[in-house]
Amino acid sequence: MSLLTPEPGLVFWMTLSFGIVAFILIKYGFPIILQMVNKRKDYIDNSLLAARQANEELAKVTENSQAILEQTRIEQAKMLEVAAQTRDRMIEEAKGLARTEADKIVADAQKQIIIEKENAMRAIRSEIASLSISVAEKILREKLNTEEEQSKMINRLMDEVMISKS
Amino acid sequence: MKRLFHILIWVSGLFLTTLPLSAAAETTPGEQAEEFNVKEMILEHLADAYEWKIVNWDNGDITVPLPVILHSKTSGWHLFLSSKLHNNEGSYNGFYIAPEGKYKGKIVEKDTSGTEVRPLDLSLTKNAASLIFSSVLLIIIIMGVARSMKRNPMEAKKGFIGFMEMFIVSINDEVIKPAVGKDHARYAPYLLTVFFFIFLNNVLGLIPFFPGGANVTGNIAVTMILAITTMLVINLTGTKEYYKEIFWPDVPKWLKVPVPLMPAIELVGVFTKPFALMIRLFANITGGHSTVIGLTSIVFVTAGMGAAINSSMSLLSVIFTVFILFVELLVAYIQAYVFTMLSAVFIGMARVESHQKEKELIETKHINKQIN
Repeated sequence: MSLLTPEPGLVFWMTLSFGIVAFILIKYGFPIILQMVNKRKDYIDNSLLAARQANEELAKVTENSQAILEQTRIEQAKMLEVAAQTRDRMIEEAKGLARTEADKIVADAQKQIIIEKENAMRAIRSEIASLSISVAEKILREKLNTEEEQSKMINRLMDEVMISKS
Repeated sequence: MKRLFHILIWVSGLFLTTLPLSAAAETTPGEQAEEFNVKEMILEHLADAYEWKIVNWDNGDITVPLPVILHSKTSGWHLFLSSKLHNNEGSYNGFYIAPEGKYKGKIVEKDTSGTEVRPLDLSLTKNAASLIFSSVLLIIIIMGVARSMKRNPMEAKKGFIGFMEMFIVSINDEVIKPAVGKDHARYAPYLLTVFFFIFLNNVLGLIPFFPGGANVTGNIAVTMILAITTMLVINLTGTKEYYKEIFWPDVPKWLKVPVPLMPAIELVGVFTKPFALMIRLFANITGGHSTVIGLTSIVFVTAGMGAAINSSMSLLSVIFTVFILFVELLVAYIQAYVFTMLSAVFIGMARVESHQKEKELIETKHINKQIN
């Protein structure tokens, strides 16, 4: 049967065309396609890996920043405490200083007051003395304005002196 | 969907009932049309031709003339178009298409003693032209995909190129890699070429219009070359162990020493493998084409049996043909797949390592697994 006997002409054309097709596709066609597919596969794998690493690093960074935040919070609290203490101490010191200063001022003032008082007393005393002298003078002058009075006075005084001498 | 189906039935029914009636009116009752020969029509389609028939017309067929290349022992080389054979009442320069006999349908000449002989016939026949057309198409498609991928490898392709890429990768990953084994990268380009060559020719054979429709992969010469190529690839790259298993297999000595029984069987096996590949592809595609044409022929066979039978049978024929064409589309893929897979399996078998090495390999694999 002619269906089962290969035709030499078709064998020739088949060899030629299949040979050319196979040569071109084996050399330039399929290897490039497979290579590119593999390349892209590698690229995607690498990208996934890089993304995973980046994610991990990001997580690490977040953790670090969290830790840093925590630490700063503690430090802040500590600093605030120290500041409060310093403030209190300073206020305390200032108060003490002010008190001693005030005491000193008060003491000085009292001293001054005492001195002033004494001075005043002394002045008042001498004023009183001179006043009483002039008053006495005036009274004497008033009492001794008559002759009789004067001689009486002199007599009494003479007596007194006599008594004291005897 | 159901409505569409109804409309389809009505339209086809109308069309098919009017057609045979008008045909019957033209022929006088006394003249019976010459009996339609289904077998001849199928064989004519399956066989090769010197010209490419596009359509049968009333006053002559529309054909594409193809070059005829001959080398006669007496008159040397000849090159002419096949249309010349028709214009000169079927003969040209002493060459003519044999109407019957041993060389029926082929170009023959008469030698000096007057007996019919065949010159060396390298004509670009219908199958050869179709083969060249599909080869060019395949090169354009694959090189187009390769160039597009090379230009921009990191981009995921869309449309036809993306589909081709997926197709190629799926054949490579699911057929070639597991069947060939660790050397798959070396054989993948050849096996992919074989797959797409067969698949494209199968599909083109199913298209009933001009550039398709030739029975290329259903031709024994084509499948023979494919099988021989695969046989060469298998045997030229076989390992030492592969040849040892053919000529000195691991069987009791009496099976190979006085009479080399096992080596003979193994040696036959070397040739039966590609032979099976050749026959399988040829028979499947030929069978598919025969079925389609046979079912289509129902229309013409029942033409003389009255309008009712003819129209109903025509409808049946159309439904069956459509169904079988879908099946054939599946077969086109399956046969390309099977040819590629078996080639890959045979190549994988020819790449055997010695059993000692294999054991070591398995052991290292186990160790690796345990480590992992």
